[in-house]
This record gives sequence, structure tokens and C-alpha cells, in this order.
Amino acid sequence: MIIKPGTRKRGDDRDEAMAQSDELEALTKAFSGHGVDETTLIAVLGKSHPEKRKAFRKGNPQFFKEDERSFERWDDHRIKLLKREFSRFKNAVVLWAMHPWERDARLMKEALKDGPDSYNVLIEVACTRSSEELLGARRAYHSLFEHSIEEDVASHVHGPERRLLVALVSAYRYEGTKPKEDNAKAEAKTILNVIKSGEKKTDNEEVIRILTTRSKLLLKAVYKDYQEISGSNLDEDLKSDSRLQETVQCLCTPERYFSQVLDLALEIDADKSTKKALTRVIVTRADVDVKEIDEEFNKMYGVRLTKKIEDTANGNYKDFLLRLIAKGD
Amino acid sequence: MASLVAPDHFSPTEDAAALQKACTGLGTNEKAIIEVLGHRNAAQRKQIRQAYEQLYEEDLVKRLESELTRDFEKAVYRWILDPADRDAVLANVALKKSNPDYPVIIEISCIRTPDELLEVRKAYQLRYKRSLEEDVAAHTTGDIRKLLVGLVSAYRYQGEEINARLANSEADLIHDAIKDKAFSHDEVIRILTTRSKAQLRATFNRYQEDQGTSITKNLLVENPDEILVALRTTIRGLNDPNKYFVKVLSNGIKRAGTDEDDLTRVIVTRAEKDLKEIKEEYYKKNSVSLDQAVAKDTTGDYKAFLLTLLGSEE
Repeated sequence: MIIKPGTRKRGDDRDEAMAQSDELEALTKAFSGHGVDETTLIAVLGKSHPEKRKAFRKGNPQFFKEDERSFERWDDHRIKLLKREFSRFKNAVVLWAMHPWERDARLMKEALKDGPDSYNVLIEVACTRSSEELLGARRAYHSLFEHSIEEDVASHVHGPERRLLVALVSAYRYEGTKPKEDNAKAEAKTILNVIKSGEKKTDNEEVIRILTTRSKLLLKAVYKDYQEISGSNLDEDLKSDSRLQETVQCLCTPERYFSQVLDLALEIDADKSTKKALTRVIVTRADVDVKEIDEEFNKMYGVRLTKKIEDTANGNYKDFLLRLIAKGD
Repeated sequence: MASLVAPDHFSPTEDAAALQKACTGLGTNEKAIIEVLGHRNAAQRKQIRQAYEQLYEEDLVKRLESELTRDFEKAVYRWILDPADRDAVLANVALKKSNPDYPVIIEISCIRTPDELLEVRKAYQLRYKRSLEEDVAAHTTGDIRKLLVGLVSAYRYQGEEINARLANSEADLIHDAIKDKAFSHDEVIRILTTRSKAQLRATFNRYQEDQGTSITKNLLVENPDEILVALRTTIRGLNDPNKYFVKVLSNGIKRAGTDEDDLTRVIVTRAEKDLKEIKEEYYKKNSVSLDQAVAKDTTGDYKAFLLTLLGSEE
């Protein structure tokens, strides 16, 4: 059928309208979620006529507001959010290229700066790295910030958490095979008694001692023994004390911990610091146990981590993360 | 400076042979042992141990343990270990006592450099299959535990930079804490267990300027409890190690007839470091040389060994 220029059929209008709304949807999606879909932005927005862009602005009240002087204006907050999303790929690459010691030192410094909502990162780094890795991070911290990590944590953190956090970042745990005398059962009983007594656990010096000085091998045994004598999991019983709960999870069941963190981070409306965890966890675990985390994630949530990332992340950022996860194959 | 007199050139195999000869037959030739080991530094002693192992398929340390006795044996045993391993043993012995010997823990954690302390922690794990902080925590409670675990876990920043404003505010904090008799020691412990040594000295000096007297003097009370004593020891050790050691030596020598652990420990651990300066400081304080005081207070092979480490010419 030859279409003479100037003649438009009704079907074409409908197709065109659909194509337009598809494109609008694609654009909106390209700007939403984790990272941005650079390809779509280039393909759709890049070549678009002024009319198309106007339609995009008018069709997206969450991005653009009608200004009193008759133009559609970018929402300031949305620009700020976009800045973050555009940076996600950059941040991931920079973090990935870094020496692990520098990486961990910077992560801890940032967590301290961001305040109590980010202190879980301190616990994460202190508890999921090996003794030598944590030591390396402490050295790097000296070089980068001319302070020791423990002095900064001690002077910035207040309240009962301080003792726990300082002790965790200062630990140099024994990592050898189980020594002959192993009092895991006794330690489990001690903790159970404190929990039963109802006293504030972060203040209890025995709980602190056990969690901040004992070896990870022993703590895993304590976790198991606790389950046997109490019938419940230690981290569940510590629910009222999120720092202690995170500590136990990171020390005893790290894959579960990381899966939970990732699940929260992959929510569309996750807040700034929760979202950051996606980059942090994938980058810091890619060389360690990302495969095990992927399996645990699947067990816990019935969907592969890679699929979840595929669905929620965009563009180069998404590709980069998936590559990091796959590289172990 | 070291007080130890050790030659630049030596032969590990000759030394090993001499030691073996000293240990064979009836009795032991302690003089020969002192002559060799008392004139070798840590690196040399390590080589001698290796040579001895290769030549005689036996651990020199074990051999000496079986041949020697009492104070002399203790001193030689400590002397022959690698410095980090030695400190690990000293820490463990101190903790296992029925009344744990806190000053030893404080000494090791405050007077060694941060990197030396790390080596001690590694050596401790190797030898005892537990971490140092694990054992310190298990043998202490309350504020003492807070202080000692904090001290042994620290990896202090090693720069010389000082923040004068911080020194001022932390000197004030310490002053307030001390003034308030019912004080929780948490802030003082925080400062002492985390700040760099340079920063701490600036803080101590600031305190001295502001209050006209030192912190340790203001912490002096009748019948102080453990934590106060420990805090004073900590501040002493961080502020002026030489003066601290002189005090330990003076007390050790005054205490007639008790075990010579303190005397042995200071001489053995500082002979290769700064025992010369400590000797000078000792003389300033006591108007008698450390060599003389040791000679008067000790006897036999033990005395001869200590004097050798002190650099005494026979």
C-alpha cells in the first residue's frame, strides 16, 4: 500500500499513540529503579523532537510540575534522585577497582559520617571480613584519614552502641582450627540467661565479650548450641536489639544477612542508604561468596538474585552488577 | 639505646656448638651460656636456635628449660624467645596468675609500638590458639576489662600530628571525669584506648598546664581501687615509658626476697631497646646505678646474666 505524504489513516494514529505511550513508559522506566537505562535514554530521548519531549514532560507529573509561569518544570528533588541514579554505575566501578582495604576504610568512614542509620555498615565490614582483611582496612584508614578507626568510632558514636562498635572494629579474631577446650555450650547458656532476664543486652558485658572477642568458628557453634537449648535462633531472640542482631547475623549467618540486605535494597522505593547496599554488597562479595548469597537469596525469596536485579536495575549499572555476580562461573 | 653488647659478626653454628657443650655432661656450664646468649641480639639468637635444631635435632629452648633452674631459667627462657613471642608468653603468664598482673598487660599494650603490638597478637594466637583480647576479656571484669581489652585491641594511628583543640577538650573531659567522684571511667578509657600516642601526650601536657599538676597525681587517692591504679599505670606508660620502667625497677628491687619477675621482665624486654636511657633515668632518681642495685639485690647466675644484659663489663 502506498502511503501518500499528507494522508493519515485512523489506524496509524492509534499505532502512533500506542508507540508514543510505549516510549513514554520506556523513558519513565529508564529513569526509575536502580541506575538508569542509558541505551533507552539515548535511543528515545536523544532523537526526540521537541513535541515528544513536551509530551514526556506533560505525561510525567512525578518528574515535572506545572510552573505558574506556564512551563513544565523538573521537580528539584527528582533531579537530586536522578543524580544518584546516574552515579550508581560510576560508584560501582570506582568501588570495584579499589583495593579492598581502601574500600572497607572508605565504607566505614562514610557510615560514620552518615550517622546511626548507617552503623550497620560498620558492623557488616567488621564482622564479615577476615581478621587480616579487617586489619588491612585499619591500616588503610590510618593512611586515608590520619586517625585510627577505633578513635573515630569511639568519638562519634554515643550511647550503649559505642562499646559494641569499637570492640567489633578492633577485633583480631583467632581463625585457626577449634582449640581443644571449647566452651560454646557455656557461652550459649550465658547469652540465654541474659536474654531471659530481660536486661538490656547491649549493656551486658558478657554478651559483648562473647560477640566481640570469640572466634567465628566458636560463635557458629554457640549459635547452634543456642538453638538446641532454647528452641529458637539467637538472632531472632535479639530482634529488640538491632545492633546485636546484625552482629550475630553477620558473624554466624552472613549469607542470610546479605540476602536480607539485598532484598531490601532492591525495593523500588528503598531509601538512599538502603539502596546503596546493592552496590556495596555485590562489589564487596563478588570475590568472596556472591554465589552462595545468590543461592540463599533464592531459598529465602523464591527468586534468583540475578533475576531480581534484572528486573529492578537498569543499563550499565545492571550489566555491571550481573557481570560481577557471573564472573565466578 | 640498647644496653646489650653484641658483636657484628658471629657464627650461629659455633654458638650452637658452644651451647650444646655447655649442656652436656654432669652439671651445666651456666657461664658459657651467659657468655654466648648474653651477647646476642634477637636476630642472632633466632639463627642460633635454627642452627642448634639442625645440628642436634632438638629445640634449644626445651634443652635450656631442662638444664636451668629458677630465676635464671626464667630469665634465659624469656630472653631466647622472639620478642613478639616473648610478650605473648608474658601476657599469658600475667593473666593466668590468681591475681592477674595487669601492669604487664598495660605495659605490653602501651609501650610497644602499634605494629609491635600487632605482632604480639599474632604470636599469641599462634601459641595459644586464642586471641589475646579473648583471654584478657575472659580473665577480667567491669572497668578493668573495658580498659585492658581496649588497650590490647588498639591499633593506634602512628603519626605525630596533634589537634590542639582536641587535646584541650579531652584534657577538660578527663578533668571533669576525675572531679566528679562518682565518675564512670568510660570517657577516660575511651581516650586512653583509642587516641594516638602523640595526641595523648599533647592531652596530658595540656592537662598539666591547665591544672598545674599531672593527671596521675590527681588520680592518687587513699586506697585506690583497681581501675584507678590501672589508669595511672596506663597514663604513666603512655606518657613517659622510661620513668615508668624506673618505677617498676625501683619497686622490684626494694621488694626483697619476692619473685624477680618484674626485674627480669624489664631488663629482658628493654635490653635491646632503651635500657641505656632507663639506666640514666634510674640513676637520676635513685642516685645509684642500676647495675649496682641489681648486683646488690640478686645472686649467682641470675645476677651474672642480668648484668651481662645491662652491658656490664666483667
